[in-house]
Amino acid sequence: MIRRLLLRVVAHLDGPLMAMLGLLLLISTATVFSASGENTARVFDHLVNMGVALTAMLLISHVPPQRLMQFAPPAYVLGLLLLLGVAMFGIVVNGSRRWLDLGITRIQPSELMRLAVPMMLAWYLQYKQEILNWRHFAVAFGLLAAPLAFIAKQPDLGTTLLIGTSGFLVLFLGGLSWKVIGGFAVVAGAALPLAWNTLLHDYQRQRVLTLIDPTSDPLGAGYHIIQSTIAVGSGGVVGKGWMAGTQTHLDFLPERTTDFIFAVFSEEFGLIGNLFLLLLYAAIIWRGLWLAASAPSLFGRLLSGAIMFTFFTYAFVNMGMVSGILPVVGVPLPLVSYGGTSMLTVLLGFGIVMSAATHKKLVKT
Amino acid sequence: MSSLRLINPELEFLRYRRRMEIAGVGAALLFLLLFGRFVWLQLVQYDHYQSLAENNRISLLPAPPTRGVIYDRQNMVLAQNFSAHTLEITPSETGDKLDAVIDRLAEIVEIEPGDRKRFRKMLAESKNFESIPIRNLLTEEEAARFAVNRYRFPGVEVSARQFRQYPMGPGFAHVVGYIGRIGEKDKARLEEEGLYANYKGSDHIGKLGIEARYERWLHGRTGIEKVETDSGGHAVRLLSRTEPVAGHNIYLHLDARLQQVAERVFGDYRGALVALDPRNGAVLALMSKPGFDPNLFVDGIDTQTWRELNDSPDRPLINRALRAIYPPGSTIKPFMGLAGLELGLRRPGDSIADPGYFSLPGSSHRYRDWKKEGHGMVDLKKSIAQSCDTYYYQLAHQMGIERMADFLGKFGFGARTGVDLDGELAGLMPTPAWKQRRFKQPWWPGETVIAGIGQGYMLATPMQLAMATMALANGGVLYQPQLIRAWREPISGRVAYAAPRRVGEIALKPEHLAVIRQAMIEVMLPGGTAARSGAGAPYGIGGKTGTSQVIGIKQGARYDEKRIAARHRDHALFVAFAPAEAPTIVVAVMVENGGSGSGTAAPIARKVLDYWLLGKLPTVYEPEEPVDAPIPEEAEDSGPVQGGGLVAIPEEDLTR
Repeated sequence: MIRRLLLRVVAHLDGPLMAMLGLLLLISTATVFSASGENTARVFDHLVNMGVALTAMLLISHVPPQRLMQFAPPAYVLGLLLLLGVAMFGIVVNGSRRWLDLGITRIQPSELMRLAVPMMLAWYLQYKQEILNWRHFAVAFGLLAAPLAFIAKQPDLGTTLLIGTSGFLVLFLGGLSWKVIGGFAVVAGAALPLAWNTLLHDYQRQRVLTLIDPTSDPLGAGYHIIQSTIAVGSGGVVGKGWMAGTQTHLDFLPERTTDFIFAVFSEEFGLIGNLFLLLLYAAIIWRGLWLAASAPSLFGRLLSGAIMFTFFTYAFVNMGMVSGILPVVGVPLPLVSYGGTSMLTVLLGFGIVMSAATHKKLVKT
Repeated sequence: MSSLRLINPELEFLRYRRRMEIAGVGAALLFLLLFGRFVWLQLVQYDHYQSLAENNRISLLPAPPTRGVIYDRQNMVLAQNFSAHTLEITPSETGDKLDAVIDRLAEIVEIEPGDRKRFRKMLAESKNFESIPIRNLLTEEEAARFAVNRYRFPGVEVSARQFRQYPMGPGFAHVVGYIGRIGEKDKARLEEEGLYANYKGSDHIGKLGIEARYERWLHGRTGIEKVETDSGGHAVRLLSRTEPVAGHNIYLHLDARLQQVAERVFGDYRGALVALDPRNGAVLALMSKPGFDPNLFVDGIDTQTWRELNDSPDRPLINRALRAIYPPGSTIKPFMGLAGLELGLRRPGDSIADPGYFSLPGSSHRYRDWKKEGHGMVDLKKSIAQSCDTYYYQLAHQMGIERMADFLGKFGFGARTGVDLDGELAGLMPTPAWKQRRFKQPWWPGETVIAGIGQGYMLATPMQLAMATMALANGGVLYQPQLIRAWREPISGRVAYAAPRRVGEIALKPEHLAVIRQAMIEVMLPGGTAARSGAGAPYGIGGKTGTSQVIGIKQGARYDEKRIAARHRDHALFVAFAPAEAPTIVVAVMVENGGSGSGTAAPIARKVLDYWLLGKLPTVYEPEEPVDAPIPEEAEDSGPVQGGGLVAIPEEDLTR
């Protein structure tokens, strides 16, 4: 009886994917423990975040894609309204206006848009599935651009790029014409110098310049990159061993438990650890894409594919940033960094992917 | 519509798969790029990043060595170390305005305006993260009071530091010298010599005297502490430590009590006294009066005190034994007499008639003897005993300046003695060639005449007079005067002894030398110029008085109106050796504005000789404190000396 109940509960979870996610979360816990300097309170918080996020994932895996689809437009509109609210009444923290104070709690609407935007685009493409032509892609592009403009204005370059990427992925997987992609690339390339001078804020320009030559500002903006690169490089092939990273434990690494946790992992587990982590990510993504491809609805496929490639993008951007080939943008390493919001969005995404793949029988009505 | 609906999913799905494959391949390539980056950082560049991480992690802190202690020949301490508490501020960590911090500190420990001034000066010279002392020598009570209030003062702490102290005071400043804070010039020199690394962690360096001359031995070798530090630069743990090696202890020939006796018998006079052992050139006393307190200089002398010392008409900062160059006056006569004998110009028995003056042939100008009516018939011995000028006017004229300069030059006049102290002057032994160079003028015969009694251009330091007299006392051997007697190697504890430096031997006929020495003995006997100073001595003394006419102190002195008369009196000179038969000590005394050699310089020399040869302490001037300092009955070899105390050289080494 209980067994059957349990089976019901996990019915929409994918075994291999769950096993790999479990392994990644285990690695995450060990690394947070080391990075926080054996701070058990921090690890406990991390486990709580994980529990909350896993529960949310379990719950959403039971929501069939059609139901989810119904939520897409309202969620998107709500998100857009909240972004408008942020632009008008938002709280400024560290020079950017990202938060909205609701009295009870503060929320960051751009986080909501991480899922709402690809969902909305996937919904729209499914909605116009039969008559899809370039005009619909133009409308979809508008749906993507509106929230991006708000978020870029906050300013939050990292989130803008990542939501932009996930939205673009939906359109790409949905069959966006190569001509349009090519034309867009040309326009973007031409607009880059203009964007550099007008759109980017000084600190954002600084981050890019610092990437090109971190030593130009070794105590300021370059410090993070220099120290994280040293941490990664000094890890060598086999690493310094768990809890034995000197850069980590002697306080040289900034943001050790969050954005720069990969430097901790890399220093302590070396090239072998990094290879293992890359392969684990690749396997998770592979399995996720396989699930996405097996989703019966276009909405499910588009959303799941976009979620998986966004997951990849997060991982790639974070590791690229820590190892010094990408500028410092505030992106956590998905499922490894400490932090509840990121954990929640990512695992919700996986819940959607599994839901879309396992609710196939119910689709054909 | 419905037909499309049937066909489209197939087509759409295929397109979807293709798009996914393209994106998947792109993603795989990007992961491959990442992996390439990891290989580059962790495999190819590993050594580079490894060393960067180590540099981050490990700091090398210098562990300064203990400076060698300086002793006199009886193992009395002339310069020593002691630890004391200092209150130090690390400016970068106070988190408040420095003045405010110091004001608050002043409520707890006493901080004088001088302390603040010195702190400011050191702050200007230092790097921001260094700690700088605001107060030295905290009392136990003050240290305790600060400890209670410590939480109020981030970046301020009490630490134990080594201090240098000179217990013997002003009379020894010119010999022992002092250490001072390492300045820009010292730093540049150390860097040039490649020694700067050894001074990391050292604040002080020898600036004067023995402290400067034997700096390399005294300083020791700096140790290294390897510590692990966090990003804030705080030491987390000690990884390894290379112990510092203490400096060599240095033992001087100098006898501190003899020097103190000399200092006392000088009374209020300014001047210098040099005592040498004629058997090896050992410097037994080297005194320049007035002296100054060397302790003032160790932690940076304040500007006002320095100006007072530097501008004082008494010129306490000048080491007169090496840097006071005056005409040697009549002290030159024994050497002149010896020259007359050696050059065959005079025989001991030859006499001249002294009418009280000498005139050059064909000139009516009279070079007067100090005794207006003359000395009557004068032979060589009498000429020295009574210091007859006419005898030497005549002799000098006959000898000529070239031969005179040549002969006197053999005794070291006109050249540095080479004593192991810095800043010695060479004096002047004039020649016609020198005068031509210097003044573009020929040498006049009259200048030779006055040179015969040590006046005119000739200049000599007290050290030169002592060294020349030493050659008379020991039969013509020139030893380079030497202060250092021994040094103790810090690790092995082995004591090495400095060999006498024999720098020359003057070929002299013993019978000639005997005549001169006898004449100098007669100086001290009834009828001689220093008979009063020789009276009642149970040992023989050979001496010679001299008077050096004053033109003014060379170093641009300023004259006080009231003292102008006193400062125009002649400088009194006296050289002596004793016991006359087998001399063990040679003394040269110069008393500035002392009047006459017989009146002031000779009595001083006598008291010094009495102390050295008889152990008799001078009674004229009551010592302010007992002169005797205890000699340890049995002192242990205790390794590098920490703080004060006496360290003995092994018993058998104490015998000369």
